[in-house]
Amino acid sequence: MAAKKENIRNFSIIAHIDHGKSTLADRLLEKTESVAIRDMTEQLLDDMDLEKERGITIKAHAVKLNYKAKDGEEYELNLIDTPGHVDFNYEVSRSLAACEGAVLIVDASQGVEAQTLANTYLALDHDLEIVPVINKIDLPAADPERVAAEVEDVIGLECMDAPRVSAKTGENIEAVLEKIVSDIPAPLDSDDSKPLRALVFDSLYDNYKGVIVYVRVVDGKIKAGDTMRMMATGAEFTVVDVGYMRATAMESAKELTSGEVGYITASIKTVGDARVGDTVTTAEYPATEPLPGYRKVNPMVFCGVYPADGADYENLREALEKLQLNDAALSYEPETSGALGFGFRCGFLGLLHLEIIQERLEREYDLDLVTTIPSVVYKIHLTDGTVLEIDNPTNYPDPAYIDFSEEPITKANIYAPNEYVGAIMDLCQERRGIFKDMTYVTPDRVDIAYELPLNEIIYDFFDVLKSRTKGYASFDYEIKGYERSDLVKLDVLLNGDGVDALSFIIHSDKAYGRARKIAEKLKEHIPRQMFEIPVQIAIGGKVIARETIKAMRKDVLAKCYGGDITRKKKLLEKQKEGKKRMRHFGTVEVPQEAFMAVLKLDE
Amino acid sequence: MKKIGLYIHIPFCKSKCPYCDFYSMRSDAIGYDDYTACVLESMESWQDKLNVRADTLYFGGGTPSLIGGKNIALIVRRAKALFGVDGEITVECNPSAIEEGFFETVSKAGVNRISLGMQSAVDSERRKLGRTADRDCILECIKEARNAGIENITLDVMLGVPDQTLESLKETVSFCLESGVPHISAYMLKLEEGTYYYNNAEKLNLPDEDLTADMYSFLSEQLTANGFEHYEISNFAKPGYEGKHNLKYWNCEEYLGIGPSAHSFIGGKRFYYPRDIDSFRLGNAPEADGDGGDEEEYIMLRLRLAEGLIFSSYYEKYQKNLPERIIEKARFFEKQGLMKVTDTSIAFTREGFLLSNTIISELIYV
Repeated sequence: MAAKKENIRNFSIIAHIDHGKSTLADRLLEKTESVAIRDMTEQLLDDMDLEKERGITIKAHAVKLNYKAKDGEEYELNLIDTPGHVDFNYEVSRSLAACEGAVLIVDASQGVEAQTLANTYLALDHDLEIVPVINKIDLPAADPERVAAEVEDVIGLECMDAPRVSAKTGENIEAVLEKIVSDIPAPLDSDDSKPLRALVFDSLYDNYKGVIVYVRVVDGKIKAGDTMRMMATGAEFTVVDVGYMRATAMESAKELTSGEVGYITASIKTVGDARVGDTVTTAEYPATEPLPGYRKVNPMVFCGVYPADGADYENLREALEKLQLNDAALSYEPETSGALGFGFRCGFLGLLHLEIIQERLEREYDLDLVTTIPSVVYKIHLTDGTVLEIDNPTNYPDPAYIDFSEEPITKANIYAPNEYVGAIMDLCQERRGIFKDMTYVTPDRVDIAYELPLNEIIYDFFDVLKSRTKGYASFDYEIKGYERSDLVKLDVLLNGDGVDALSFIIHSDKAYGRARKIAEKLKEHIPRQMFEIPVQIAIGGKVIARETIKAMRKDVLAKCYGGDITRKKKLLEKQKEGKKRMRHFGTVEVPQEAFMAVLKLDE
Repeated sequence: MKKIGLYIHIPFCKSKCPYCDFYSMRSDAIGYDDYTACVLESMESWQDKLNVRADTLYFGGGTPSLIGGKNIALIVRRAKALFGVDGEITVECNPSAIEEGFFETVSKAGVNRISLGMQSAVDSERRKLGRTADRDCILECIKEARNAGIENITLDVMLGVPDQTLESLKETVSFCLESGVPHISAYMLKLEEGTYYYNNAEKLNLPDEDLTADMYSFLSEQLTANGFEHYEISNFAKPGYEGKHNLKYWNCEEYLGIGPSAHSFIGGKRFYYPRDIDSFRLGNAPEADGDGGDEEEYIMLRLRLAEGLIFSSYYEKYQKNLPERIIEKARFFEKQGLMKVTDTSIAFTREGFLLSNTIISELIYV
């Protein structure tokens, strides 16, 4: 049964990473008895293994909770979970657009962090009512009063009566529910009589039902049998089922009406047909204007993904196909590399997205992969006026025909205790950053704004930042646009043969330093072979760095294992297996670790 | 019927050397006499089953000399009675674990070859390898063995051990030459998983790949210049003093190994006793280790010998010619000075020995 509109509350939980978002969500589920205690596993909303391991929510989920408040009324609370990483900012913004309010969790010891602010601003952009909650009061280092004051100072949110809770122990969770009911507005301006407009904030592929489209109905209503129409793509489907997401199962409903959050299934084949941010209407009674804010998400980071064993190419293709069913932001197309054989050029939202996909391919599909150095999309303006968008160094044009190049630039904010300002500025300077602003958010915490080229932050920026600030800094970025840049392409030659998979595009100021490092790393990670191997790094035809891998001198089982011939034989077989796993470039064998080492140059 | 080799594993050591992963223990759990009795019993039951003759007997370890001359003599005499052992009988000895009169006793029983675990003639190097005997003690051992009538003595030398240099190796080589022994085994240190060395490799001052290779070449040059033949990757002998028992391994011939961790190859089958002394004492059967003696194995083993792989022997054994593909590849390595190819055989050069793993796996596997 649909609740009265006055009794619906649609909200998200926003927080900096590790401030306890998933744990609080679990406690809310438990408190509203949406889930039997015996079904409680840690962090129920994050159902991918990877999410649990990394402690982050990768895809948004939603769940309907029933709560009987102290005023005696029965409320329907729709909790829309949001991903917690900058790579997924667009998805976060769509989830927030489906809500009237947001619960902002702040760690009682750490206080305001980068994503606390970033997410708060995002929520304010969507006119959400923000309910601050101070979490982790059970920690010895907790100082809820200081943190409450900080939230008031920095964000300007009234925080004195914010619930002080421990999601971990369950302390004071009810206060959060009461706050949601009292502070977050009901979706009262929704109108059932208008044409349907439902915002897609997530979609998920299910083997049996096809795509499950998660929507917030803004206007109108929808039921099984209606013809739904996606306003961005024009695609139409016959609705098979609508209903609500409960904590452990889906609950079919007669219809979804305005103000509600629920799902639609319509035998949709891929999530690409029901993209996050699109508006659902019906063919029978169509709306004229879609809801604002839709955009097709474009991958920002690209890399080649190759099966370690060429025989796995088909399996890799199938795995990517399956992952894409559930991830409209993942793109892939076949590519061939002289060095790596057949594989795919894949596009990702960011490096985390890349790592997640790579891990899922390896874990869930049991594939052994070689990935090339990630690249951003460069715009290369040729002398004849054409503009190439290059995400693969292999396609980099002959420099003679290049007029100028552009690269994507980000607006980045780094939050940290002020003692790390020097270290942070050094790092940003090394990464070609342009200092924009620095403000003191509290007497001892700063917000440093920089413009940083995207290609300087996609490899390891966050890791280095964390290590140089002992983990205290947090970081957030958004794409600002393209700017002119002086780019060159570096080629790697082993024994005189170019290794296309190791080429990459880089700012000319960094070319020499990087080239030297690559040469050193390759020397370190390519085992000595039966002959001497020159390692050269070149721009165009000009070699700018060189190392030599000496010929192997010794590889012998001189030790006597008595009559254990099997052991000797196994050693040889293992050796041969090891060789099979290597990549052959002309006569040179390169282990996969060498690729990884070049990738992670700055460690 | 061809005679087999007989191997007896004596799994006892006073202490574990930091690089060693052979199966050995202190004798707290079982006494030497008890163990000897188990070996005797095992030999009898094997002979009941197999009814074979043996022409070599080899005591390896562990530290075989630890169980004492009397026990060694008991086993030797029984082996002679059961298997008719009539050839080379070797006992591995640790110079620091030899009792008074040991060599007399074992020599009388029929032992005619002694393998001394010297490892290095430089006392400081040897101590780092866990060996306590000093140089004089080794010389004394050699003298005693000779006095007991055993002049076929082999010394173990290790290459690539901590703090070793070409200079220090020269000392060891001189010692070997001056001692007048007719056989030297030279092994390159290999870090075996689970050993102290393996776990602390970065703390050890280990010679690098190039230096170790140089040491090997130096040793080989010196010994061959002084009347030794470099007849197997790790073995050097004056003419006629090649290790007959070990040659059976390289020739893919049959041998029976008795004792925990000992391996056997009989009737085309490989099998071994698990590394478990209790299991052996209980008389449990060894574990199967698959078929042995196929072409790949034969090629791998024969190429360890300087003589190399002889085409006619291969044909005799398998009733077919050595695949042309292998000879082709060998020619490729010959151009790099790593192999010698003649009308009748293929074989490694000294430099080839050093790269034998890579080359053999290139030759064997397509």
